Amino acid sequence: MEIHEDVPCPFCGTICDDIICKVEGDEVVSTQNACRIGNAKFVHAEGAERYKKPMIRKSGELVEVSMDEAVEEAAKMLVESKRPLMYGWSSVDCDAQSVGVELAEESFAVIDNTATVCHGPSLLAVHDVGYPVCTLGEVKNRADVVIYWGCNPLHAHPRHFSRHVFSRGFFRERGRSDRTVIVVDPRESDTSKLADVHVQVEFDKDYELLDAIRTALRGKKILYEQVAGVPRETIEATVELLKKAQFGILFFGMGITHSRGKNRNIDAGIRTIQDLNAHAKFTLIPMRGHYNVNGFNQVCTWETGYPFCVDFADGSAKYNPGETGSNDLLQNKETDGMFVIGADPGAHFPQKALEVMAEIPVVTIEPHRTPTTELSDVIIPPAFVGIETEGTAYRMDGIPIKMKKLVETDLLSDKEILVRILTRVRELKASK
Amino acid sequence: MNEVVLTPKEQPYVPIETSTIKPDDFANKSIDEIKDLEVWYGNTSSKIGDFFDVEGESGPTPAETNILIDGDVYNTKRIGQGMTDGKITVNGNVNMYVGAEMEGGIITVNGNADSWAGQDMRGGELIINGNARDYVGSSYRGDWRGMTGGIITIKGNAQNEVAEYMLGGKLIIQGDVRHMPGVHMNGGLLVIEGNVISRPGGEMKNGTIVIKGIVSEFLPGFEYHGIEKDLNIQGESIKGSFYKFKGDFSEKGPDGTVYVAVAGNNHIVP
Repeated sequence: MEIHEDVPCPFCGTICDDIICKVEGDEVVSTQNACRIGNAKFVHAEGAERYKKPMIRKSGELVEVSMDEAVEEAAKMLVESKRPLMYGWSSVDCDAQSVGVELAEESFAVIDNTATVCHGPSLLAVHDVGYPVCTLGEVKNRADVVIYWGCNPLHAHPRHFSRHVFSRGFFRERGRSDRTVIVVDPRESDTSKLADVHVQVEFDKDYELLDAIRTALRGKKILYEQVAGVPRETIEATVELLKKAQFGILFFGMGITHSRGKNRNIDAGIRTIQDLNAHAKFTLIPMRGHYNVNGFNQVCTWETGYPFCVDFADGSAKYNPGETGSNDLLQNKETDGMFVIGADPGAHFPQKALEVMAEIPVVTIEPHRTPTTELSDVIIPPAFVGIETEGTAYRMDGIPIKMKKLVETDLLSDKEILVRILTRVRELKASK
Repeated sequence: MNEVVLTPKEQPYVPIETSTIKPDDFANKSIDEIKDLEVWYGNTSSKIGDFFDVEGESGPTPAETNILIDGDVYNTKRIGQGMTDGKITVNGNVNMYVGAEMEGGIITVNGNADSWAGQDMRGGELIINGNARDYVGSSYRGDWRGMTGGIITIKGNAQNEVAEYMLGGKLIIQGDVRHMPGVHMNGGLLVIEGNVISRPGGEMKNGTIVIKGIVSEFLPGFEYHGIEKDLNIQGESIKGSFYKFKGDFSEKGPDGTVYVAVAGNNHIVP
């Protein structure tokens, strides 16, 4: 049995880098320090059906085929579609993402990642008003006021709270008791139970509350006695508390990025942080979901200038979420071929988008049987990054982490599969 | 005045982008030259003649060229993008970006328009006789300068974030809108004759919004300034009694004004 220490976890955007893995043969048999979700990913939970061979759907049935045949079909779909959509990219490493952007450009496709149904609104707000961020290390060592807005890390990022709030830091020697935790959430959650202050904002009224907070920050009177279910006095008292912070941090999640107003909620949230810096040091970090969803936004931005929803239809990079987002293209019936990698739209997209996915050819690079593979015509299984192959991933705060290889596998990495498809796409285009 | 008539053939499954359909590109060209103008069909370059039957005659200048699209072009984007003069009439629905970056001339759509109608508009007139979707008269993504001039009139309803980052010109919506009309507005006049669900003028710094219908929810960052009667703004005379609000005070030193009709709106007065 081999013991691997300080292994980064390829599950959520927190990328905990202190996992200990026990390896027997080509399997991780147990872990220490990981949360239940991370452990399940490493030891490859029972019940999951893992694909090991490429498959193509022939007269309704998935049939095992050679890698060459599957690559051929994938390349053909990309070359023959008038408006191919390449979606996913959040559970693969940055090198694979980089080849993906090249493949999208070569195929005149639209490339988009899971941010489109996740923190896409945050990205839109960043264009408009900026991005005052810090690292998770700074939070651990410095933060004395921690706000979780519209997120429930105890369930979605299980070790986030213990690693950055309970843990002791350089300037926060007593850990949790040196910090004030504010949770803004319409519901009582396991996170809100641990908070010092739970602001129970009315559902869909985040923007109103932020507008009131910013108005109070400027010393102006809030127009109404109660905003978003919160009394004026409570808002004013909270603002005073925030102004006294030595180092404040706002973590925010889907509860605010996808409630009414979407990107405008984040826009107002970012502006609040900027306004607070007139009084205190304040920063923010979005609670990114997949371990490398941020990586795609980084790679795509340095390759094309845009973080997601990039349209290569005429050869140059164009961008307009609302038109070039995956759900826009599917629901407006604009795309006629879909390529999925490192994501499961079948489980997460709305019904109307799935109906279109069921009608068009779908190529999927995916290790498991998922709702997406049920809709797929070609399935190519890759090796897992962070377990069976190496790679780089960007943590939620934008820090690149080297993912480790723990076990051997015969499967190709995402990057190798993409390079083969790219080569074939180039050959097919040349022969046209 | 000469007219070119485009009769759409069947609209394709994947949309086409036709920023070449404008008097600036048609003027002084023969029908065969017009048929040969480039349009984008998905990810391939195609020609106007592949999607439209073209008849009539173009004028010597854009100002003397009328374009009539006689039929439904629901899957055609960017009609009249960047036009400077002349006229386009569409007898049917249009897809996104109709009249985007328009500088002059008149576009009339006798049907519905998709999102971003009149995006970044600088001059001229855009009339939609049906409904429009989101971001009417908005800015390009990430730009803080939206519509700077011209007049947009929507006879029906529009949806979210109309007049986003508006800087000048006039936008009149005769029907209802949904959320956040005039968000980040920095100038110009937005008139909504119907109802608004929420957040008119969020983060606005300047400009004027007049709402004649009912506003369900109003923002707490505004200051109440009493009732004003019979407004006169940018040469537009608007009759009636209005609650006046200044804001949005979540922004630094704002000078935006929101007028909301007195009738049916006393719930938003503090």
